Amino acid sequence: MNNKVLTVSSSPHVYENTTVKKLMYGVVIALLPTLVWSVVTFGIAAIIVTLVSVVSCILFEYLIQKFLLKQKPSITDGSALVTGLLLAFNVPANLPLGIIIIGALVAIGIGKMSFGGLGTNPFNPALVGRVFLLISFPAQMTSWPVPKGFNTGYLDAETGATPLGLLQEKGDQAVSQVLESAPSYSDLFYGQMGGSLGEMAAFALIIGLIILLYLRVISWHIPVSIILTTGVFTGILWLADPTQYADPLFHILTGGLLLGAIFMATDYVSSPMLPKAMWIYGAGIGVLTVIIRVFGSYPEGVSFAILIMNAFVPILNRYIKPKRFGEEVQHG
Amino acid sequence: MLKTFPRGGVHPAENKFTADKAIEKPGLPKQVIIPIAQHIGAPATPVVKKKDQVKAGDLLAEGQGFVSANIHSSVSGTVAKIDQVIDSTGFRRPCVIINVEGDEWADGIDTSPDLITDFSLSSEEIQKKVLASGIVGLGGGTFPSHVKLSVPEGKQLDTLVINGVECEPYLTCDHRVMLERAEEMLVGVKLLMKGQGVDKALIGIENNKADAIAHLEHLTKDDPSIEIYGLKVKYPQGGEKQLIKALLDREVPSGGLPLDVGVVVHNVSTALAVYEAIQKNKPLVDRVVTVTGNSLSNPTNLLVRIGTPVKDLIEAAGGLPEDTGKVVNGGPMMGKALKTLDAPVVKGTSGILVIPEKQARREAEAHCIRCARCVDACPMGLEPYLLKPLAEMERYEELEENAVLDCMECGSCSFTCPARLPLLDYIRLGKSHVNQIIRNRKQK
Repeated sequence: MNNKVLTVSSSPHVYENTTVKKLMYGVVIALLPTLVWSVVTFGIAAIIVTLVSVVSCILFEYLIQKFLLKQKPSITDGSALVTGLLLAFNVPANLPLGIIIIGALVAIGIGKMSFGGLGTNPFNPALVGRVFLLISFPAQMTSWPVPKGFNTGYLDAETGATPLGLLQEKGDQAVSQVLESAPSYSDLFYGQMGGSLGEMAAFALIIGLIILLYLRVISWHIPVSIILTTGVFTGILWLADPTQYADPLFHILTGGLLLGAIFMATDYVSSPMLPKAMWIYGAGIGVLTVIIRVFGSYPEGVSFAILIMNAFVPILNRYIKPKRFGEEVQHG
Repeated sequence: MLKTFPRGGVHPAENKFTADKAIEKPGLPKQVIIPIAQHIGAPATPVVKKKDQVKAGDLLAEGQGFVSANIHSSVSGTVAKIDQVIDSTGFRRPCVIINVEGDEWADGIDTSPDLITDFSLSSEEIQKKVLASGIVGLGGGTFPSHVKLSVPEGKQLDTLVINGVECEPYLTCDHRVMLERAEEMLVGVKLLMKGQGVDKALIGIENNKADAIAHLEHLTKDDPSIEIYGLKVKYPQGGEKQLIKALLDREVPSGGLPLDVGVVVHNVSTALAVYEAIQKNKPLVDRVVTVTGNSLSNPTNLLVRIGTPVKDLIEAAGGLPEDTGKVVNGGPMMGKALKTLDAPVVKGTSGILVIPEKQARREAEAHCIRCARCVDACPMGLEPYLLKPLAEMERYEELEENAVLDCMECGSCSFTCPARLPLLDYIRLGKSHVNQIIRNRKQK
């Protein structure tokens, strides 16, 4: 017994069962209901776009780590997989493959690896890719396929405007007239509208939120603060002039608000760490989203709002500190 | 609503599978190794020499200065030598090594099991007796108990808190003491109340020990001065500051002591030691140790003489499993890994935990993803994710500003980190540097 060589390390000697990998795959599981529903709505195109996005994100991460940074590739940690899925969820289902690959390169290359890889990127990589594509390929990125069910072909889909697009181009018409041609609330809830691949089905995204909360991947603060702020701000506008402004429910169910609030703004690396900072961050995203949607020239503003608030995260983390034990009482 | 502390904390798997095992007395070891430094403060100075005959309870080494403690022989026999031996700290330190012969106790020590309840001693006499008996905090902190008993001028005490939390996973020694030695322990609590000069004691116990709570509530139902509180299970509730916050909602100031909020905290096993010292004239020479681990064939609670080699305890618990990778002195959250199984049981040894090879080594580190789990877990309201790189980059001023010295090294941050970052390792390193800088500053 005395010859046994013992490992000596400092405490603690036990660890919680959570790892970075498990958290990332938790996000993937939470994204699955939305993925399944988008295949049901947009057909095979959704699978093609998602697969290409995921494969190219993982491949680019591998190539950059292996040949450019000469690091040990860490593609199995699941974070490139999450970025790939989220990028695909943020583009139309009929986007040409070449554009998706460019988006993946920008997301991983510029959004993530140029800052040093996982843990050091200030902006959400998938959104960096998405916004780059939106600015570079405005026509392709805003030609939204109309949901026609599972049998829709890849590039021959019928396209149409998104509900927010209708609102943007209403001109002098009253909101109520415009909304007559928009989908009903139940259609919005089940994702029967034009839009990005993974942003439309509110119910699937909410199932995703429940999974994230159940698996303790995220806390409720960021999604709730974004949705609440958006609701309150659009509610004030709507109460002030219902003929000019759409109601809060319409704003919450359309565009990428739920996808952004649940999956994009909650990215660990680019979001704040303390509940108080999360509230400020979430409120900022909500307010900016509404300003861009209602007063800006883009119909949709969630991506921009999140990226802008990402930039404030280091300041929030620096100045909003946890309350220390025994801090207020001075030692006398 | 059960009480607990509000901020931070984690829930490690409890694994308290020795909770139902009654305290056993193993046979005496052939040799004991008794370190002269088993406490916080100055080491004691040996008063015996080679070939001296000693009895159990005889003084071996005398405490030096105020913050120090006497060391007594735990066995009868001959002093073989005084030598440098690797003890539970992992360093070679002076120890008195005694070859055991028979089991004779020093004169005046009552080894009978009779319960004695004699409260005639004054509080000064209680303090003197505790000092003479070498009693230190048995929860693992090993702070000399007589120091806590002598309250400095100008500090007002109103409450004695007795720590029966035992929040470390696996350990059950305090639990067994509260079940099997409750009457004696409660006499110890009364003596401590008298020694501290307070007329109220609160005993805090986590509610995974419902039998102990019920037992103590039954025994104290006619005594309004002692209150028993069940607490919601959460690590590190056994930390003094967390326990005081949970029981009394008082917050010990940063850098301060429980005294600053009128409280002093003693462990249940310490209370038992105080009982034995005062009513039985028996110095601190043995303690209950939980010998445990998922791979042990017979995990158990043992009443062990101080200085018994750890290997003897593991033999008593069924022998060392083939796949053992690590043996810890204490619990899995704050215990120290032993270098050798020849190291002796000391006053602060609450448990011996055997960990299989598979779990003994750390997993590979990943990147910090700013998930904030360490910030949520820190019971002191610190930001471990920030302290680690500051310590790594030797930015000690910023470390001090970020209150690194408030850290009590409970390990909740490292425990919870999904990237398996050695947060506490770097924070410990940073703390020692900041402490050094503060000492230098004071000297100038």
